[in-house]
Amino acid sequence: MKNHRNSQEVNAGSMADIAFLLLIFFLVTTTIENDSGLNRSMPPNIKDNSVDIKERNLFEISINDADLIMAEGDIIDPKNLREKVITFIDNGGLPLEAEGYCNYCKGNRFSDSSENPDKAIISIKAQRNSGYSVYVAVQNEVLAAYNDLRDRESLRLFNIPYKTIYSDYYNEEISEEEKGQLKERLEIIRALYPQKILEPETVNN
Amino acid sequence: MIKFNKYRSSKSLPPVSTASLPDIVFILLFFFMTVTVMKNQNLLVENTLPTATETEKLDKKDRVIEIYVGKPTNDSNANLGDEPRIQMDNKFITVDEVGDYALQALSSMPEHLKSVATVSIKADVGVKMGIIEDLKTELRMVNLLKINYTTYEGVAVDNL
Repeated sequence: MKNHRNSQEVNAGSMADIAFLLLIFFLVTTTIENDSGLNRSMPPNIKDNSVDIKERNLFEISINDADLIMAEGDIIDPKNLREKVITFIDNGGLPLEAEGYCNYCKGNRFSDSSENPDKAIISIKAQRNSGYSVYVAVQNEVLAAYNDLRDRESLRLFNIPYKTIYSDYYNEEISEEEKGQLKERLEIIRALYPQKILEPETVNN
Repeated sequence: MIKFNKYRSSKSLPPVSTASLPDIVFILLFFFMTVTVMKNQNLLVENTLPTATETEKLDKKDRVIEIYVGKPTNDSNANLGDEPRIQMDNKFITVDEVGDYALQALSSMPEHLKSVATVSIKADVGVKMGIIEDLKTELRMVNLLKINYTTYEGVAVDNL
């Protein structure tokens, strides 16, 4: 054994042990805080806030006690929800000569679906006994539908996805100048597809 | 070829050097040190968040009011039953008190952050919508309108 020793090195073997101890300490004392989620803003608490909406401009999503999702009068698979919402928002059903005609919509232009994205309203209604997770899933799918459409327009107009513009805008390392430009772009796209999600008061049963 | 192989196999392999092991562990250590935040609240409720894909990063900690909703955990409070409860500031509160506590949290914020304050709702997947709706009504009463349904990253349809 002794004959094998031919170099005088500091034994660094215990370094790993020390580091492991520290590592384990940090592993057990800390939790990975997750700080992301779906941002929504609620309407102010005003009693008289009824508006007239044409039926064709309203896309109703309801969740029942058994966590089934109903959209436009039919029970649907949550996987198809996003696509349905996209078709609804992107319908652009007004005739070509009418005011408010949607010239960037790529939808079917049905006369019984939404007139233009600005008029299209999504209503999400849940029962008191519906599961929170289902509600979040529905919210997520509706937001995803809007984001898909915004992405499409953003790619068409500026050649970059909406998500990139959005995350760049909140990046603190960019200059004021760039920020102004990004803000402009965000506003243009948001005006094309404004998020209109309505949440009627939950019905007591 | 054969000779070459013979030559190689006749020599015993040198031991694998473990000198880089501390470095690897240190990298791991630094990773955990940077990504983790010290817990400032003791969770009294079950809190498995739902998953979603369209998430946005929550603002900085100083402008966020956190509300936890979920079943009480069994270990510390065995007699609280299964009904979901609301936790704020390390204790259980009732739905009616949410507004007061939220305003209290808001008033302790610096003036310039008050207008951008966000309420982060951290609700368990098993919670029913009733309590969430009540919570939202209370928050609307005190004019805290920016809310965030805090979620994990993941396919939302997995929730169902």
